[in-house]
Amino acid sequence: MELTVLGDNAAQNSAGGGCSAGSCGSTDHQVSHLPDHIREKVENHPCYSEKAHHYFARMHVAVAPACNIQCHYCNRKYDCANESRPGVVSEVLTPAQAVKKTMVVAANIPQMTVLGIAGPGDPLANPEKTFETFRELSEKAPDIKLCVSTNGLALPDAVEELAKHNIDHVTITINCVDPEVGAKIYPWIFWNNRRIKGVKAAKILIEQQQKGLEMLVARGILVKVNSVLIPGVNDEHLKEVSRIVKAKGAFLHNVMPLIAEAEHGTFYGVMGQRGPSPEELSELQDACAGDMNMMRHCRQCRADAVGMLGEDRGDEFTMDKIETMEIDYEEAMVKRARVHAAIAETLAADHAKVSAPVMTVAAGTRPVQMAVATSGSGVINQHFGHAKEFLVYEASPNGVRFIGHRKTDQYCIGDDTCGEKESSLTTTIRALEGCEAVLCSKIGFEPWDLLEAAGIQPNGEHAMESIEEAVAAVYLEMAKAGKLEQAVITAAA
Amino acid sequence: MSLSIIESCVNCWACLPVCPSNAIYEAKPHFKIDAAKCTECDGDFAQPQCASICPIEGAILDQLGAAINPPGSLTGIPPSMMEAAMAEIRAR
Repeated sequence: MELTVLGDNAAQNSAGGGCSAGSCGSTDHQVSHLPDHIREKVENHPCYSEKAHHYFARMHVAVAPACNIQCHYCNRKYDCANESRPGVVSEVLTPAQAVKKTMVVAANIPQMTVLGIAGPGDPLANPEKTFETFRELSEKAPDIKLCVSTNGLALPDAVEELAKHNIDHVTITINCVDPEVGAKIYPWIFWNNRRIKGVKAAKILIEQQQKGLEMLVARGILVKVNSVLIPGVNDEHLKEVSRIVKAKGAFLHNVMPLIAEAEHGTFYGVMGQRGPSPEELSELQDACAGDMNMMRHCRQCRADAVGMLGEDRGDEFTMDKIETMEIDYEEAMVKRARVHAAIAETLAADHAKVSAPVMTVAAGTRPVQMAVATSGSGVINQHFGHAKEFLVYEASPNGVRFIGHRKTDQYCIGDDTCGEKESSLTTTIRALEGCEAVLCSKIGFEPWDLLEAAGIQPNGEHAMESIEEAVAAVYLEMAKAGKLEQAVITAAA
Repeated sequence: MSLSIIESCVNCWACLPVCPSNAIYEAKPHFKIDAAKCTECDGDFAQPQCASICPIEGAILDQLGAAINPPGSLTGIPPSMMEAAMAEIRAR
């Protein structure tokens, strides 16, 4: 059986290049085109539905420290509290601690729907710890969805067990389907009691990943594929990866930018491999979108992240704090059910409205990117200066579409050994490059002037309005003011 | 005859379950090998298992005290590049 893939619709794909319907227009479309049984599984999963990520929270528990492969973008040695990227954690938990932490967090953050195990190593290279955690949680917290993220090497052997614990969401990181490309990404794997290197290692890993993907799909388990975009290594190749994983039944593809800094001590960081620019990432996502639904809201979170996707409340829930917290889970479950029902109502009401704002602009009007400050719920509700990230939307005659996010805080700040010091305002403005407006609930005079000077129009007039409607409104104003009649202004000779 | 784990160990647990002799144990500040139990996998495997899965260069020593996975052997980063990068970071 092959699962229907988002955007896999002849009518939608007929446009050929340009924008694929799977990721165009209202983000509602992402979920509404799915068969009911899949939509039910993803509509409250922040990592699987762009819509859901405005409303629902997730957490990762770091119970899986061991890994069975090495990736050139990962370094098992470094662990900085200021860093936020996959593979980094502050404390590794035992399964018992992880269960306690999950229940405490779920009781304190009622928007939480999902518990994932994503490392800091590979969950399936730590099968006892991973499955003990799942086993306990499926009994004690039956209202929480369980999911797991893996490199795929040990996946075929784990499928049976995953199905038994009712894990219905699995993410596989697949960076390549060609062992020659793989050899540039994976220096070694541990396989059948040996360390295997080079092309041979990559070939085994790829075979296991593909086999695992097929086995999961055959069992009706939802599979998301993550890929790290490494310019010059697998950028063009990822289009083929996207085609193949879609054909095999993965329902969502998440292409993430490589994070590589020398201070991380990774191969790519030290060797000077660069990550992609936001434009390169967006272009590749668009190119792959012709083949399948693309995820664009991934925050590449830590293996111990807690909260909504854009935030990390891990500091509030360290083990020493959790030990002192008493909760009544039965009561918490009732409250959670109430909160979830209220969100579902909001979403349903939203869905009932015309899903995409009508664009009354001429067909040739050029598209515009705008940054939005939001703390969730799908509305513009954050002060410019409080935003740690901005969501970027593109408005065009076709409608408004979400295209990604920009972090404004660097991976490391506050320590002289970590990166250059720079005014956070300057950093923020640089992060918004390519955007022509920024929509927020409020903004101070100083950033206002600096943004204007940088060619980005600040706008605080749409506070508490729906993001998509506000972006559409600003786009229409810009069109009326005659700002969109020509291609982006280039310096006159 | 025994291998040993030194302080560069990051306590990732990978080695513990693969040891055929149950010689590896959790300890502070890092995992250790019980010299009385370690066989260097002789008779069980062609290569010592802990050193075949350990991701940290230099963390596991052979019985003569030499690193089984010397610098550069696992990450592929030439040691000179690593030194240059670290020196550059320190100089900031």
